[in-house]
Amino acid sequence: MDTVGGELNASMLAARVHLQRARAGSIPFLLDVSIQVPAGITILFGPSGAGKSTLLDCIAGLARPDAGRIVAGEEALFDSQAGVNCPPQARRIAYVFQTLALFPHMSAEENVYYGLDGMPPRERAARVDEILKAFRVEKLRARKPAEISGGERQRIALARSLVTQPRVLLLDEPLSGLDAELKAAIVDDLRAWNTARRIPILYVTHTREEVDALGERVIAMDRGRVISTGTPMEVLEAPRHKRLAQAAGFENLLSGTVVDLREADGVMRVRLNESHCEIEVPLGYAAAGDRVHVAIRAGDILLATSQPHDLSARNIIEGKIVALETRGTLVRARVNCGVEFIVHLTPGAVRSLDLAEGFRAWLVLKTHSCHLVEE
Amino acid sequence: MDALLLSLRLALCVSAILLAGGLPLAYWLAYSNWRGKFLLEAVVALPLVLPPTVLGFYVLVAMGPHGPLGKFWQTFFGHGLAFTFEGLVLASVLYSLPFAVQPLIASFESVDRKLLDASAVLGAGSLKTFWRVILPLSIPGIVTAVVLSFAHTMGEFGVVLMVGGNLAGVTRTVSIDIYDHVQSLEYADANRMALVLLAISFAVLSFVYAVNRQVGRQIGRRLWTPWAAN
Repeated sequence: MDTVGGELNASMLAARVHLQRARAGSIPFLLDVSIQVPAGITILFGPSGAGKSTLLDCIAGLARPDAGRIVAGEEALFDSQAGVNCPPQARRIAYVFQTLALFPHMSAEENVYYGLDGMPPRERAARVDEILKAFRVEKLRARKPAEISGGERQRIALARSLVTQPRVLLLDEPLSGLDAELKAAIVDDLRAWNTARRIPILYVTHTREEVDALGERVIAMDRGRVISTGTPMEVLEAPRHKRLAQAAGFENLLSGTVVDLREADGVMRVRLNESHCEIEVPLGYAAAGDRVHVAIRAGDILLATSQPHDLSARNIIEGKIVALETRGTLVRARVNCGVEFIVHLTPGAVRSLDLAEGFRAWLVLKTHSCHLVEE
Repeated sequence: MDALLLSLRLALCVSAILLAGGLPLAYWLAYSNWRGKFLLEAVVALPLVLPPTVLGFYVLVAMGPHGPLGKFWQTFFGHGLAFTFEGLVLASVLYSLPFAVQPLIASFESVDRKLLDASAVLGAGSLKTFWRVILPLSIPGIVTAVVLSFAHTMGEFGVVLMVGGNLAGVTRTVSIDIYDHVQSLEYADANRMALVLLAISFAVLSFVYAVNRQVGRQIGRRLWTPWAAN
């Protein structure tokens, strides 16, 4: 397992990219990031349109930044000041696209052979055998991509990219559409392959589940910028940006005004918009009167049918259940306390409390379940 | 049967030349980012809308003893171009150009760009990408291009009449021959020739659709035809 920040070794990928693109009928898209990717898996996380794929295209050489510098190991692949722009063919950067882009007219084996031109035939065959075995797809050699199932297609796309022994691997949501178990099995094989090689792997995703499952380092992006870097816990549990909070699955995103700061207790009180509802949240960079946003996970809120006493939780808010919606094994309660909260309950809890729409309810929020986020 | 053999020879030459020249031209038209590309696209499509006599007229003028093509040919080969088989080939190549190039462009353009990106990051240069990815995935378009330019050349009339005239064994093609017979009220002869042409056209189109099914099933793509553009 890599440590946070990773080891700064010779195989590291570093990219500083500035790129502006005109968009019809709206403000131009601006990508302006600087990232460092050490050996091991780093997740590039952010909502759709954050610029993740464009960044990968720049690293692979398929898109050209207006300015910046991209370095893999010791070699500069792109340097706008020095006038360096290595073509994608010469970068030795493997790139697995979301659509995989397997050549439909070639068998799985021919696909894997494709990147190995100009190598003695025996060595080629040995390499292909080895990688097909590493990704458990030897039996599919002769099949065309259309005759292969989804998860196995993804394995072949990985094998095709990695057989060339690249120095960096870029993955653009390659496992979307697979169930968690299949995904985990493929990632395990990828990790196993990488234990000996130790190359940087940049894995793009916009879903929270994948961040949790792959967990090592996360770089969070939004609107063309890096907004957070760290372990999945650090980045996702306390998101500092509103849009990231949305992507990370914070169901309650509330805006409010700071009433006062209690530095000694490390807390401040926030009055939620258009209500008399006041909650206590951890102290943040704000002054009384500032507008702030608070993110709370629906699963972090407790619901009681009578007013609770003698609790350590500082926020107890009275409200009325507006709706109870069952979604599989989860009940989503909408509770109006002046502002509407979303609370996740289990069907069992709903039964034992005998909850129904229109009932009075008290919501209990721990101070540290309330996360301050930026716009 | 002289006329039929001549037409077949002409059609073979023309489709071979159009295939060889059409591939790079279509590649460039499909992938170039040049701003003025639309001009060349218009030039390539021109024979589709131009009356054959207009095209034939200008080609004839260019091939004449005072035209640039005619002078050039005279210097290198010692004879003119007008009313010769070579002249007829050249005129037919121009006339059938869109029938070869447009299906090629359409099938090149419909190759998924991500496949080209994948090929590039796997280290392949544009020549390898063309031979190993673009070309195999464009087989239906290539078949269409060859077949259409062949069939179109077999049946052409106006351009041949303008540029080639009506010299037996040199420039008298099937369609001119049919016209001749009708002019001389030899309806039986005209009918025989017309039937041959009809049979060839039908066979050619059946072949195109059969290939379309077969290859389309294999690579999951459909053939481009001018009457069912994809």
